[in-house]
Amino acid sequence: MLGLLLPALRVSLVTWVLCGIAYPLSVTGLGQLLLPYQANGSLVRSPNGTILGSRLIGQEWRGPQWFHGRPSATTASDPDAPGKTVAAPYNAAASGGSNLGPTSRTLAGRLVAERRAAEAAEPGLAGKLLPADMLTASASGLDPDISPAFAALQAPRVAAARGAPVGWVAALVIRHTQGRTFGIFGEPRVNVLELNLDLLASQPPRRGS
Amino acid sequence: MTMQSWLQVGVTLAVIFLLSIPVGRYLAAIVTERKTWLDPVFDPIDAAIYRLIGQGAASQPMNWKAYTCHMLATNLFMAILIYLILVFQDYLPLNPLKLPGMAPMLAFNTAVSFITNTDWQGYGGETTLSNFSQMAAITFPMFTSATTGFVVAMAFIRAFIVTDGGANLGNFYRDLVRFTTRVLLPLSLVLAIFMIWQGAPQTLAASVVAHPIQGGEQTIAIGPVASLETIKHLGTNGGGFFNANAAHPFENPTPLSNWLLIGLMALLPSALVVCFGRMIGKPRQGWVLYGVMSALLLLILPVTIAAEQDGTPMLAKAGIELQATAGQPGGNMEGKEVRFGITQSGLFGVITTSFTTGSVNSMHDSFTPLGAVPEFIGMMLQNVFGGKGVGFLAALVYGLIAVFLAGRMVGRTPEFLGKTIEQPEIIMVSLALLIHPLVILAPSAWSMIEPYGLASLSNAAMHGYSEVLYAFSSAAANNGSAFAGLNADTPWYNLALGLVILIGRYPPIIFMMAVAGSVAAKPTLATTIGTLRTDTIKFGAFWLGTILVIGALTFFPALVLGPIAEAFAMHHGYSY
Repeated sequence: MLGLLLPALRVSLVTWVLCGIAYPLSVTGLGQLLLPYQANGSLVRSPNGTILGSRLIGQEWRGPQWFHGRPSATTASDPDAPGKTVAAPYNAAASGGSNLGPTSRTLAGRLVAERRAAEAAEPGLAGKLLPADMLTASASGLDPDISPAFAALQAPRVAAARGAPVGWVAALVIRHTQGRTFGIFGEPRVNVLELNLDLLASQPPRRGS
Repeated sequence: MTMQSWLQVGVTLAVIFLLSIPVGRYLAAIVTERKTWLDPVFDPIDAAIYRLIGQGAASQPMNWKAYTCHMLATNLFMAILIYLILVFQDYLPLNPLKLPGMAPMLAFNTAVSFITNTDWQGYGGETTLSNFSQMAAITFPMFTSATTGFVVAMAFIRAFIVTDGGANLGNFYRDLVRFTTRVLLPLSLVLAIFMIWQGAPQTLAASVVAHPIQGGEQTIAIGPVASLETIKHLGTNGGGFFNANAAHPFENPTPLSNWLLIGLMALLPSALVVCFGRMIGKPRQGWVLYGVMSALLLLILPVTIAAEQDGTPMLAKAGIELQATAGQPGGNMEGKEVRFGITQSGLFGVITTSFTTGSVNSMHDSFTPLGAVPEFIGMMLQNVFGGKGVGFLAALVYGLIAVFLAGRMVGRTPEFLGKTIEQPEIIMVSLALLIHPLVILAPSAWSMIEPYGLASLSNAAMHGYSEVLYAFSSAAANNGSAFAGLNADTPWYNLALGLVILIGRYPPIIFMMAVAGSVAAKPTLATTIGTLRTDTIKFGAFWLGTILVIGALTFFPALVLGPIAEAFAMHHGYSY
């Protein structure tokens, strides 16, 4: 019996040290040494060093002057009722999707409500087909990207709110559009945080010039 | 499916196929202890580890019973170690968020889940686990559970080639160490750096507080993600660092990282089939099995992608563009990420269930009903390549039954690789086959009757039932993915799923090892003109047919009640 248990115990401990401790710590050391920007979360900082967010993690944007991301289904624990959760879009401390299925009445209601809200903000959208990512919640609730079509749709609103030419905003969108990897993999996309930061940093050309 | 979609899928599958050949040869070299150019590096490391385990234990020949017992004892110790770390993580280092120890029932479920390569998660990673637990209790068994499945399959294959009557099917410790140090560790180390380059964090910090332009704070969970992510896919494990698993932009930042993760999931299970052909000295037999598994995969894969691209009536009613255009993906994007779109999400979903990884890059609970059917099939059959080693054994279960049926049909003694397959083997194989549907269907039915089972559903009607069926299929297949709306952190689901995971894992392995012992004791018959050949396309087709007929007879009624009924209801405009 001891001949069975002793080596089993020893091999458990040896592989534990090797795979559970030495391996992740070596990767941490190498990552911090070789690729510190990514290893620490691809953080975006303001000129004075404040962390504005991560380029990989979406944020909630309000108001017509910014490009908005997709609906987010993340939640946070309810401060008033322990054990319950409340909606908390883009909660990067607790990721997740809606997990609502294709015959869920809750999902149907949410889609209708989002459609109405979109049309209330932009009456021009009434009756139009909307991009597939515009009303649907992402899987992580933290999707940093939107489709180029969704971005293009928002350009006139953003331009009007900022008093900038639509063409200039649309050009910014195109500059921030990433194509498929090697032209094959994934989908074209626009990183919302980077686009909005560029919107903040660049000066629009004067009207009429 | 669009042309773009076919291109993404075609290139991915072609690369996996091409890589599986050299990797399969390398695996065979490691298992049969032929020399490789890496020996000067690894020999001293392995020798040091053998000394720590005990020279005698690491060199003794093991028959099927000894091999199985050493495997079980090792898994038991590892599970206890994981359980203790989880329960006492508040007393252990690297817990800056001061997370409490895990509740015992959930810790039992988690320890069992990770030691069996299932990686079912009844918790959200970033809100439950300290960084120490993520490394020492989660990343650790991602190596050893993959290794366990792999080495058991190797011992099984040796039963067909040994000439000593089965006294030596290899040494469990030697196999375990060699597969860990020569395959999993070096590959993980290199590819983890690649994952960091793509954007996966790797730090001992647990969170970063950001101050967005519009005010407020955003707390961003972070940690040693890249090291976990790499072995999670290479070892077909699937447990995520974050609740959103590989849909989280930190776990899977780009289409390129997504592509790598798909490749990693598929690499070793497909290479193992090539390795099998080389070990038995009959590469043709390996390719026949490879063909059977590929045929199954190609049969189900387009269904998911096409169904997700078609979308749902509900989305159409909300005025959403369902056609893919140059500027947007179209289709059902609820629970999917923009960077992956429909194709990379569907491809990932089918690969993760076929190769029984269980990682997800999109929320399967929000898939269209028909889009989810291939995922059910992958977990129910278990041998659309399947997980590390275990998928291979599941394929051989069906293969031995096919041999038996074909032999009976033409009136010849059933034979596989020169060994006669008789009553004792067929009894063992049938037991291994029947456990799987039993532990899926019985507890699913139970959960649908009892209030404590029904209380966890987050969707109504057929879709709610699908959540439960998916959970038990995932547990029994040691997959680990979920229709994640189901609240599985309840006493019933923690216990029931934990037990299903255990029963789905160990008894089939024990039965198949008993078959190995029985087969190894038989003389090897020479191939004659009277032998029913199993390395032909004709037998491959029969093998495939056996899988489809037995699989359909077993699981089709359960699928009809869930996703198939839901598909009809959905197209008639019903919602619940």
